[in-house]
Amino acid sequence: MADAQTTETMTTILAQHVGLEGPLLPILHAVQAELGFIPGDVVQMIADHLNITRAEVHGVITFYHDFRNAPAGKHIVKICRAEACQAVGANALSERAFEKLGVDWHGTTANGAVTLEPVYCLGLCACGPAAMVDGKVVGRVDHAKLDKILAEAGA
Amino acid sequence: MKIYVPLDSAALSLGANDVADAIVAHAKDNNLDVTVIRNGTRGMIWLEPLVEIETDQGRVGYGAVEASDVPALLDGTLDSLGLVEDLPWMKGQTRLTFQRCGVIDPLDLADYEAHGGLAGLRNAIAMTPAGIVEDVTASGLRGRGGAGFPTGIKWNTVLGAKADQKYIVCNADEGDSGTFADRMIMEGDPFTLIEGMIIAGLAVEATKGYVYLRSEYPDAIDMMEKAVVLARGAGILGADVLGSGRAFDMEIRVGAGAYVCGEETSLLNSLEGKRGVVRAKPPLPALEGFLGKPTVVNNVISLATVPVVLEKGAQHYADFGLGRSKGTIPIQIAGNVKFGGLYETAFGMPLGELVDTVAGGTLSGAPVKAVQVGGPLGAYMPRDKFDTPFGYEEFDGQGGLIGHAGLVVFDDATNMLGMARFAMEFCAVESCGKCTPCRIGAVRGVETIDRIGKGDADAIPLLEDLCETMKDGSLCALGGFTPYPVLSALHNFPDDFATQKEAAE
Repeated sequence: MADAQTTETMTTILAQHVGLEGPLLPILHAVQAELGFIPGDVVQMIADHLNITRAEVHGVITFYHDFRNAPAGKHIVKICRAEACQAVGANALSERAFEKLGVDWHGTTANGAVTLEPVYCLGLCACGPAAMVDGKVVGRVDHAKLDKILAEAGA
Repeated sequence: MKIYVPLDSAALSLGANDVADAIVAHAKDNNLDVTVIRNGTRGMIWLEPLVEIETDQGRVGYGAVEASDVPALLDGTLDSLGLVEDLPWMKGQTRLTFQRCGVIDPLDLADYEAHGGLAGLRNAIAMTPAGIVEDVTASGLRGRGGAGFPTGIKWNTVLGAKADQKYIVCNADEGDSGTFADRMIMEGDPFTLIEGMIIAGLAVEATKGYVYLRSEYPDAIDMMEKAVVLARGAGILGADVLGSGRAFDMEIRVGAGAYVCGEETSLLNSLEGKRGVVRAKPPLPALEGFLGKPTVVNNVISLATVPVVLEKGAQHYADFGLGRSKGTIPIQIAGNVKFGGLYETAFGMPLGELVDTVAGGTLSGAPVKAVQVGGPLGAYMPRDKFDTPFGYEEFDGQGGLIGHAGLVVFDDATNMLGMARFAMEFCAVESCGKCTPCRIGAVRGVETIDRIGKGDADAIPLLEDLCETMKDGSLCALGGFTPYPVLSALHNFPDDFATQKEAAE
């Protein structure tokens, strides 16, 4: 069972999405924005509210890369892996991030400061390699810029 | 003094907000009368942040400006680029879809109207639904998302379908690497897309629209949401569109990081709140789309081009282009290039001219090895195919596709076996899992390319065979087109596959 505060948050979120056509993705985005991830114990509440099965909600959560079922690090650093960024050195940049953080894709640093995620295109293909730090875009990320980003994030 | 500082996310990623803040602060400290206007980008990304100062002669450009350049910028000692409109990159283009992008404040409706906005919608309101469809058909506009299906014919199917509710769904899940035209127009001229969707609604008698916008574009989401609220407040969206007595309203919906949701049927499933799994066709979305109702699913650029077609006339648009590729195409130049950005021009420009002249060759200065045209599912074009004119049929004839018109340029340090492997790996990560050739084939593809990399020549025919199966047996373009980059790398750059073999022997 979810705790009282989570239940209250969920009641508010579900009420905000009444009347939408196809409300599940907006609900999941709202839950993740509010709680940082989608806890297992809210799945049943969403399912009951939408009159679908728990398996269906679980299926949707696990299909999409964006949704996480456990908290991420304090900061999320996404590095673009797509072709246009590869053409200007994205692979070497990822390697450096692995080395600096001591994690692979989807990993979180031991101190919990940074989660490293791959992203396939941020639409910054003419100013790559591109990255995104907590929703803020950064272009032409060279090794010095990456080091600065990671240091600022407390990695 | 009016100063324009772009708010496009490419400009933001290169420090445009710092520049804007520095201008405001410096003006305040020195008692200068300065108004900062945040515009979209002109598309010259190598010059971003491109700051423009309005003068009697026109807008003078400065770029790329850093915050530390601001004192010099404001006292007139910073070197300028001259009038922005006179720069070769701007003069060479035919800007129809992007006519206002980078020029206006994206959220200023009066500025939008002063630059031709809403004229197309007003014309459409005076026409019958069939008349609008006829105009769009006559313009020759084809789906800019990649498939190139004639927009007017799709609309006609939806118009002819009988239903109590129809929908307009805009596919803004621009996941292809090397493409950013959708993002640019949504951030730089969002009312154009809204206007295009309303016209589509009037044409097929749909009253509700959705923009399915990828979560990787937070700045575009923010801009579109603000623009929808403003349009609703101004009576452009709502129960009585511009006093026409006809209704149309729309919502922005955010994707969740699945590339396959750029495929129209999986997009519809996702919009309905399901797993983004591809649907078998038929039924066509035009007949049974969102929630089973007749639905127009169009790419951002297709819809954003409709207003100019209705504004200037179908024939005006159709007069541009080449063969069956009518009108203009916003080409996005990316990767290892000197001049990257968006270049809107009539169909027909040869690929080599785009790469060598417009893009100025590679940023690294090394020779161009390959150009991937049309995103991660597009072919790698070698230099000996550089005379191919930019058009749907022309690229098809060369074993390629134009897709969403993104060019990604690679220099000669690129290993094409590595790029082929990446294409398969990407397909494996992003496959929705519905059909076997894509779900399993992509995984086997990575393994087979690894065998080739280790020197196993027997794996080459196996890879070709696998690609044939994926092409013929996949439900959608993800599995069906992944063979394009793989086989084009193998066939056009056999040395990269053979060298590996010799090295292993």
